Amino acid sequence: MSADTNGQPRIGVYVCHCGTNIAATVDVEAVAEYAAGLPGVTVSKTYKYMCSDPGQELIKEDILANQLDRVIVAACSPSLHEATFRRATAAGGINPYYFHMVSIRELDSWVHTDIVEATAKAKDLIRAAIHRVRFHKPLERARVNVNPAVMVVGGGIAGIHAALTLANAGKKVYLVEREPSIGGHMAQFDKTFPTLDCAACILTPKMTEVGQHPNITLWTMAEVDKVDGYVGNYQVTVRHKPRFIIEEACVGCMECIEVCVFRRGKTPDEFNLGLNMRKPVYIPFPQAVPQVVVIDQDACIEFRTGRCKKTCVEVCAERNAIDFTQTETFDTVEVGAIVVATGFKTFDPRRTPSYGYGVYPNVYTAMEIERLVNASGPTEGHVTLRDGRTPETVGIVHCVGSRDVNTNEHCSRVCCMYSLKLAHLVKEKTGAEIYNFYIDIRAPGKGMEEFYNRVAEEGVHFIRGKVADVYPEAGNTGRVVLQAEDTLLGRVRKIPVDMVVLATGLEAQADADEVRRTFNITCGGGGFFMERHPKLAPVSTFTDGIFLAGCCQGPKDIPDTVAQAGAAAAEALALVDKGFVEMEPNTAYVVTEECSGCKTCIPLCPYTAISRVDGKAYINPVLCKGCGTCVAACPSGSIRQNLFEDEEIYEEILGVLANA
Amino acid sequence: MDKPAAPATADGWEPKIVAFFCNWCTYLAADLAGTSRMKYAPNTRVIRVMCSGRVDPQFVLEALAHGADGVLIGGCHPGDCHYQSGNYKALRRFRLLKRMLLAFGIEDERVRLEWISAAEADKLRDVVNEMVAQVKALGPARLGTPPEDWAVGLEEEADEEVEGVTV
Ligand SMILES: Cc1cc2nc3c(=O)[nH]c(=O)nc-3n(C[C@H](O)[C@H](O)[C@H](O)COP(=O)(O)OP(=O)(O)OC[C@H]3O[C@@H](n4cnc5c(N)ncnc54)[C@H](O)[C@@H]3O)c2cc1C
Ligand code: SF4
Ligand code: SF4
Ligand code: FES
Repeated sequence: MSADTNGQPRIGVYVCHCGTNIAATVDVEAVAEYAAGLPGVTVSKTYKYMCSDPGQELIKEDILANQLDRVIVAACSPSLHEATFRRATAAGGINPYYFHMVSIRELDSWVHTDIVEATAKAKDLIRAAIHRVRFHKPLERARVNVNPAVMVVGGGIAGIHAALTLANAGKKVYLVEREPSIGGHMAQFDKTFPTLDCAACILTPKMTEVGQHPNITLWTMAEVDKVDGYVGNYQVTVRHKPRFIIEEACVGCMECIEVCVFRRGKTPDEFNLGLNMRKPVYIPFPQAVPQVVVIDQDACIEFRTGRCKKTCVEVCAERNAIDFTQTETFDTVEVGAIVVATGFKTFDPRRTPSYGYGVYPNVYTAMEIERLVNASGPTEGHVTLRDGRTPETVGIVHCVGSRDVNTNEHCSRVCCMYSLKLAHLVKEKTGAEIYNFYIDIRAPGKGMEEFYNRVAEEGVHFIRGKVADVYPEAGNTGRVVLQAEDTLLGRVRKIPVDMVVLATGLEAQADADEVRRTFNITCGGGGFFMERHPKLAPVSTFTDGIFLAGCCQGPKDIPDTVAQAGAAAAEALALVDKGFVEMEPNTAYVVTEECSGCKTCIPLCPYTAISRVDGKAYINPVLCKGCGTCVAACPSGSIRQNLFEDEEIYEEILGVLANA
Repeated sequence: MDKPAAPATADGWEPKIVAFFCNWCTYLAADLAGTSRMKYAPNTRVIRVMCSGRVDPQFVLEALAHGADGVLIGGCHPGDCHYQSGNYKALRRFRLLKRMLLAFGIEDERVRLEWISAAEADKLRDVVNEMVAQVKALGPARLGTPPEDWAVGLEEEADEEVEGVTV
C-alpha cells in the first residue's frame, strides 16, 4: 500500500452531544479528550448541536484559526448531515472532501445502553476516521446538465396534481398511466370526506386540464419498462399496450359501443368492481380522460374468432378509428426527474375468511359501496342488495386488513373516515340503521373529528369491538349476523344485518416490488415505497431525481396526497429548473501504468463504464456510479475509487481495531 | 428480543466484529435500527462502502489479521442492489473467500454475508446479536498474516466458478 499522507495533517475532531441523544449514552467529553491525544489531531471539541449554525460556525472558525486541513464530525448518520458539514468545511476555505462523518448516534448511542461500551465504540469509530482522513484528497463535483422534462408515473390524484403543477411551471411532462383513463381511485368515489364534496366535481376539471395541457403528453395504457441513466438524464422506455383504437382519430362518440354485436355486456366492469357487465368495446367511465374507447381483446369476437361482423368498424367508417392490428409499441424519452405516483390497492377480504366475503352475497367491500352510492354507478346511486332489495340494516366493519398482525400491521388511515362517509351516504339514501364496528375511531386532521361528531349525531350506531364472525341468520332471512365482543359493554353482541360493508385497508400495489426495481428505489414496511427521510426528505428517494407522491409511499387521504404531490413536483422542479446537478465524486479510476490489461473489470461494470483504450482499462467518469465493484475485483489493484480508496478503508479497519 | 447479547465473558473478553455495510440497504437498516431505538450488542464497528461489491476479500483478511474476531458484510437483497448486481459479485467472491478461510482455520460463523434491506432493522439487530453470541462461544480468532500472494487469481477463479450463472 502506498501511503500518501499529504504531509502531517491538522485534524479537527468535533463530537456532538445532540442534546442528550448522544451525550446520555456516550461520554462525549471522554471521547473528545481521547481523540485529542491521537496523532494529527489539532483540535478536539464537543458541542451541544453540531448541526446548528454556531456548531457549523465553530468548524469554520477553527479551520481558519488553526489551519485545520481535515475535519471529522462524530454525530448522527451521514445520510442526515454529511452535506451540512461538507458545506461548513468548505466555508472554512478547504476542500469539502477533507471532511469525514462518523455516526455515533444511529450506530451507537441509540442502539446501546451501556455507557462504557458505547463510549468505547465511539472512540473506535472516531479513531478509524482519524486514520482515514489522512488519506483524503481534494475532490471536485462534476457538473452535469439536466434535462428539463419530468415524467410522472401513475395518473391518480397524486400524479394528476404533480403533472399539472410541473406543466403549469412550464415544464414538459410525460404522464404515464397503465389504465385506459387517468383518475385512479378518486374517480370511483361519489363524495369525499370530510367535506362531502362531490369527487367528480373536483377531479374532472383537473383530469380535463391534463388531457388538454400543451405541456403534458398523456400516455394511458402505458407502463414504464426500463429506466436508464442517472439523475438529470434518465432515459425511460415506456411500453404502450394496444388499445385497438387510434387515439387521435376517436372522438369518444361511443357509437361503436352502441352497435357492438354484443347486445348486453358480458364482461365484469372493472371500474364498477364487477357490479355490472360491460361490452368488449367500452369507455371506463363517462368522464374518462382521454375520452377514447378501448377494445378488450379477451372479450372481442373479432379477436376470438376473426369472424365478427364488426358493426363497430362500420359505424366508425368516417373516422376509421378502430384498428385491430395494433400491437405493443415502445417509446424512449429523456427526462431529468421522475415522480412515482402509482397509488395503492385495497386489501382482498378473502384473505380473512371469517368475514364471509365471496361466500355471502350481501357482504360487500367499501369500494363496491362507493360505486353503489355513486349517481353514475351501476345502480345510478341506489343502494340495493344483489337481489334488488333495499337494506334496512347495514353493518360496517372497520379495520379489515389493517392493524392486524395476521394481515397488515399498519393503520390504513382513511378507513375510519370513509366508513363514516359511507355510513352517512347509505343512511341518507336508504334510511337504514347503520352499525359501525370499530376498534378505535381515528379522526386526526382538519375537520375529521367534526365530521365524526356530525355522523354520530345523525344516529349512526357505534359498537366498539372487533367483528369475530359473520354467519347467516337462522331461518333463511337472507341476513347475516355480525358477532363481536363489545368492549365498552363487556359482552358479546350479535347483530343481524341485510348488508355488510368491509372497510378494507390500503396496501402497496401488487407489483410494487417490480416497479421499485425498475426505478431503483426501496420498499419500506408493508411494501410501500420508502422515502429518503420520514421528516426531512419525505418525497425524495435514495435514488437522486426520483420522487414519490401519494399512496404509493403509504396510506393517506386526498388532502395529504395532493399536498405531497405538490411537494414532489416542487422537488422535481427545483432539480430540473436549476439546469445542472453536481455528482458525488465517488467514481472509480484506473491507474493506467499499473493496469495489466487483463480485462477482468470490463464485464463487471453494470453501467458499461469501463472500456479498453490502448490495451488498458479506461473508466468513463460520467457513466461510473461509484459502486466500487471493479475496484475490489482488479487483480493488480490498479483501479481506485475516490472517497473509498483502498488506503482509506484499510486505515479504517486498522483504526477500529487498534485497541483489539 | 430487544436485549443485547450476553455481557462480557468471565475474563472480560468481548469479540470485535468489523462490519462492511453497503450505503443503500444495510447501512440504512442500521440507521433505522437507530431511529427505532432497537438495542443490540455493541460489538460491531461499521465501515460504510457504497456497495457490497466494493468489499475486497483482502479487507476481510486484513480485519482478521488485525484482531477482528468476526467480519460481517451486509448488502441489499439479490435483485435489489442499488447498482444492479454488485451484491452478486460480492457473493461469488465471498464463496471463494470462505473456502480459503476454512482452510486457514477460520470457522464458518466468523465471516458472514447477509442481505439486509433498508427496512429490515430487526433483521440487522438479530443478525448482529446472533453473530456476537456465536463468535463469543468460539472465542478469539487467530489468523496469522496471510501469504502475500494469496489473492492472486481469485477473481479469475471466481469467473470460472460462476460461469453460466445469470446475474
Ligand atoms: C374506499 C375508499 C374510500 C376513500 N374515500 C376517501 C375520501 O372520501 N376522502 C379522501 O380524502 N380520501 C379517500 N380515500 C383515500 C384516497 O383514495 C387516496 O388518498 C387517493 O386515491 C390516493 O391517490 P393516489 O394518486 O396516490 O393513488 P391512486 O388513486 O391509487 O392512483 C394511482 C394511479 O396510478 C396508476 N398506476 C399504478 N401502478 C402503475 C404503474 N406501474 N404504471 C403506471 N400507472 C400506474 C393506477 O392505475 C392509478 O390510476 C378513500 C380510499 C378508499 C379505499
Ligand atoms: S481489471 Fe485491473 S488490470 Fe485488469 S483491465 Fe481492469 S483495470 Fe486493468
Ligand atoms: S465503480 Fe462500479 S460503476 Fe464505476 S466503473 Fe467500477 S464497476 Fe462501473
Ligand atoms: S448497493 Fe447494497 S449491495 Fe450493492
